[in-house]
Parts: sequence; structure tokens; C-alpha cells
Amino acid sequence: MNGHGIAAIYRFEMARWKRTLWQSLITPVITTALYFVVFGSALGSRMSTMDGVSFAAFIVPGLTLLSVFMQSIFNASFGIYFPKFTGTIYELLSAPISSFEAVLAYVGAAVTKSVILALVTIATATIFVPVHINHPIAMILFLVGISAGFCLFGFAIGVWAQNFEQLQIIPMLIITPLTFLGGAFYSVKALHDPFRTITLFNPIVHVISGFRWSFYSVADVPVWSSVLVTLAIIAGCMAVIAWMFRTGYRLKQ
Amino acid sequence: MSDPILSIRGLRKTYGTGVDALKSVDLDIRRGEIFALLGPNGAGKTTLINIVCGIVTPSSGEVLVDGRNWQSNYRYARERIGLVPQELTTEAFESVWNTVSFSRGLFGRPRNNAYIEDILKRLSLFDKCNSEMRFLSGGMKRRAMIAKALSHEPAILFLDEPTAGVDVELRRDMWDLVRKLRADGTTIILTTHYIEEAEEMADRVGVISKGELIAVDEKHDLMAKMGKKTLDIVLAEPLASVPPELSEWNVELGDNGHQLTYQFDSHAERTGIASLMRRLSDLGITYKDLSTHQSSLEEIFVELVHGGSK
Ligand SMILES: Nc1ncnc2c1ncn2[C@@H]1O[C@H](COP(=O)(O)OP(=O)(O)OP(=O)(O)O)[C@@H](O)[C@H]1O
Ligand SMILES: [Mg+2]
Repeated sequence: MNGHGIAAIYRFEMARWKRTLWQSLITPVITTALYFVVFGSALGSRMSTMDGVSFAAFIVPGLTLLSVFMQSIFNASFGIYFPKFTGTIYELLSAPISSFEAVLAYVGAAVTKSVILALVTIATATIFVPVHINHPIAMILFLVGISAGFCLFGFAIGVWAQNFEQLQIIPMLIITPLTFLGGAFYSVKALHDPFRTITLFNPIVHVISGFRWSFYSVADVPVWSSVLVTLAIIAGCMAVIAWMFRTGYRLKQ
Repeated sequence: MSDPILSIRGLRKTYGTGVDALKSVDLDIRRGEIFALLGPNGAGKTTLINIVCGIVTPSSGEVLVDGRNWQSNYRYARERIGLVPQELTTEAFESVWNTVSFSRGLFGRPRNNAYIEDILKRLSLFDKCNSEMRFLSGGMKRRAMIAKALSHEPAILFLDEPTAGVDVELRRDMWDLVRKLRADGTTIILTTHYIEEAEEMADRVGVISKGELIAVDEKHDLMAKMGKKTLDIVLAEPLASVPPELSEWNVELGDNGHQLTYQFDSHAERTGIASLMRRLSDLGITYKDLSTHQSSLEEIFVELVHGGSK
């Protein structure tokens, strides 16, 4: 076990984050806070409640997760893509560190950033919206699990991407629509079939539902299903990354 | 001779593009030597180094570090190897100090500020330790990369063209540093296009061309073995042409008929010099001066590479 190596990568990644705090923390928090202002203060009073929760409060978990998805994918993919792009990856490839340790360090740092981002976003939301968290421990566990899943996903994208466009395309083209259609702004229960059934194939529905349940005890799908989908995302991405490292896919010639 | 610190066995590499970069290379590196790998652009030097360092996967073959396979014992092997790559690739926004400390940690070593301070001082970089990498000049960056490679106290150091783009003075400093490292027991493998660099520093020289190691020898042996000596005879009176009586020596006339040049193999049993001199005096050709000179590594290198391609 190369503990010093893991710590070195982790510290390096956190230092990079601190250097770009505006871009990686403050900007996404402000963007999300704007939704809270608009829906919470301006429009919220005119909207009906969702599952007995005020609309403004209802959208907090989903919007927080949207931001977590984007930043998780962005941070983790950039962390591994950039050394590939500049060539500094030679050092990682020639270091006495296992691929598991490297992933642990890169993804661990990205998860830390995402969890901080989510907590700051939720804290900001409380200024504008009445947020309450019924199951704080479950909330933290969901948050860490979901961040881990999407950071692993981002890491795999970073290994796969061969230019900056490919790095952006998946979060923009796949994750954002799936999140908007995944119940960030509404309860899936409100949909009619067949859309409701179709929607349940969107894993993000399960993820948001579980996270929102930890706030308000209301859920679109059973909590166990949210837990399973989160674990499946983690396991699936880990399998892909393990395969990438074993074959040297786009990392080694 | 003790066991080699590094053994390369039947290493082949065909890149995805179909280029055969290495064609079955065998090479042993001795503990504590400076080994220079010479070869023209595209010969496969970087490929060879990158395979040993774990950056490129070989198509076949094996590398042993201290007798252990470098893939199944990758931690053991890599802790012992430091690499300064050919390309200057560094994190632009990190300070020199942080970049070097990062490398030490990455290679599994606990923090040791005194050691890092020492290498930065030895590389005349200590006054720059708080500068960001992007504010360094090319030569400084190169030295920072060397500091990174040395940060985990490796036993084997690869320098892939360490003096490319480095000014003359700095090159001398670099050579001194390499010698000091060798004196401390580090084994050094360097590639270079500068023959004088190999000639100046290396204990042994390997010549690689088109993916094949075409010669490996002690620098002095290589020069002696391959070395042709030339005898220059400065004539008292110019000659219009080479007299037919001298045809068996294959001498050439130069300098407007003022000089005869005779090439011979210094290791042959008969160099032919004595008989040539006798024949000259029989012919009444008088001379003012005689000198011999031995071919440099550069001349040998050119001959090897071009000889190999014929
Ligand atoms: N990543 C790669 N993909 C495909 N071919 C490559 C790659 N890297 C090197 N090659 C090819 O392999 C051959 C050997 O290249 P290599 O970089 O090992 O040469 P070199 O001896 O280091 O040359 P130089 O003195 O220019 O640094 C060349 O023909 C090169 O084009
Ligand atoms: Mg090269």
C-alpha cells in the first residue's frame, strides 16, 4: 500500500481546487442559489405543493444533485484528463502506485469537493427556502455514495476523452437532460403512464428520489431501490475503470 | 562482475500504428555505471526507456530490475527508478517545491524537507523553490524535472536527452551533477544526440538504430575496436599524383599534393606503416611531418548507423 502516494495525489488535487475556488465552488453555488431565489421567493408562492412539500423546498435536493453531478464529473474527469493532455501522466504511470490506489486518490479528492459543494449549496438554500433534513445520516450517506458514483463516472470519461469537447459532451448532453427529466423539478408520481414507467428506467430518478427522501421523507421510488441504483452506478463505473487500467486503454501505448 | 542492476531481454514493441519501434533488444546495465544510448531520431531510445519505466507496454520481452520482473514486482522496480522524460511536461501552476515534494510522495517516500532542499541546492534551483513552474526558463524546467526524478532517491536514473536545449555552461554543470550522482552509487542511463556527451561521460555506450541495438561496448573498447587510425604524412615536395608504387597501401593525396593520408587498423598485426615508410624512402619521397589520429565516437557512430542500413 502506497499511502504517501495516495496522500500526494489527494493533496495535489485539493490544492488545484483551492486555486480555482471561484470556478469550482462559488460559481456553481451562486448558479444554484439563483434557482432558489427565483422559485423560492418569486414564483414559489404561486406554485402548488409537491407531496405536501412547498415547491421551493421540494426542488432543493434535486438542484443540489444536478450541481453535484456536473462538478463530480467535471472535477474527476479533468483531474485525469489534464495530465494526459499535458503529458505529466508519465509520472503517475511510472510511479509505484496501483491503479486502485490512484483511483482512490483522484476520486477521493473529487468526492470531497462534491460533498463540500453540496453542503454549501444546501446551507445557501436555507437562506431563501425552508429546508429541513429529516434523516441527516442517510442524507450524508446518499451524498457520499452519489458523489462517489458520479466521480467514478467522471474519471472514466477523463480516461476515455481524447479532446476537451468529449470531456464536456457527456455531462451536457446526457446528465443534464436526464436530471431535468429525472424529477429534479417534479414528482414522478405526477406523471401518467407510459411516461411514468419510462421515467423509471432513468437511474437519476432513483438517485434524486432517495436523496430527497432523506430531506422530507417523501419518495418517488422505494428507498431500497435508490440505494441499489447508487451502488450499481458505483460498481459499474469501478468495473469499467478496472478494465481500462488492466488493458491500458487510452492511458498506455 | 556483479549481477546487472537492469536486464532487458528480448524486448519488442510494435505500436498501434504498425511501427516496429524495437526489434528484440537485449541489454544488461551494470550497477553504478553511466550508460549512454546513442541513436538517430526515431531509433527507439525513448520507447526503450518508457517500457522499462512502465509507461509503454512492450509487445513481448521482459525487464528485470535487480533480478526481479518489472511488472510482477512493479512497486519494487519503480521505487528504484527515476525518469527525466524527453519532453518538458510539468504542472504549470505548482511551485517548484510542491512539484518536487509531490513526486517524492507519489513514489511512496515520507516527507523529507532536508533532502529536497539538498537536491534543489545541488541543481541551483533553491532560490526558485517558490516560483510557479510556468515562470521558469527551459533550462530551469529541465533541472526541476531532474529534481523530481531524484526526489525519491532512485538507484537507477534515466535521463532522456538531458541536455537538449541547455546552454553550454549548464551542460557542464549537468555533466558534473551526473558524475556526482554516479559517485554516490546511482546507475545512470542517458540518451543523447551529442556524441561528445557520451564520449565525455559514459562508461559504456550502446548504439541503437531502427529499433536494433547494433553495438554495446565499453566506450574505450568501442573506440579502439571500431577506431580507424589515420596517418597523415606532410610532404616536403608536393606530388602531382599518387605514385603507382604506393597502390597497395591505398593512400590518398590531399592538400594540393602536399599530404598523403593512410588509413589503417591500429589493432591489425601489421599496420603496414613500416613498409610504407620504407617504400617512401626507396622512392626518394621526403616528408616534413607525421601525425596519427583516431576516429571519434561520432565517426564510429555514423559508420555504424550507415553501415547497418546498407
Ligand atoms: N506513441 C507512439 N505511437 C506510434 N508510434 C510511435 C509512438 N512513439 C514513438 N513511435 C515511433 O516509434 C519509433 C521510435 O520512436 P522513439 O521515440 O522511441 O525514438 P527516439 O530514439 O527516442 O527518437 P528521438 O531521438 O527523436 O527522441 C519512431 O518511428 C516513432 O515514430
Ligand atoms: Mg526520444
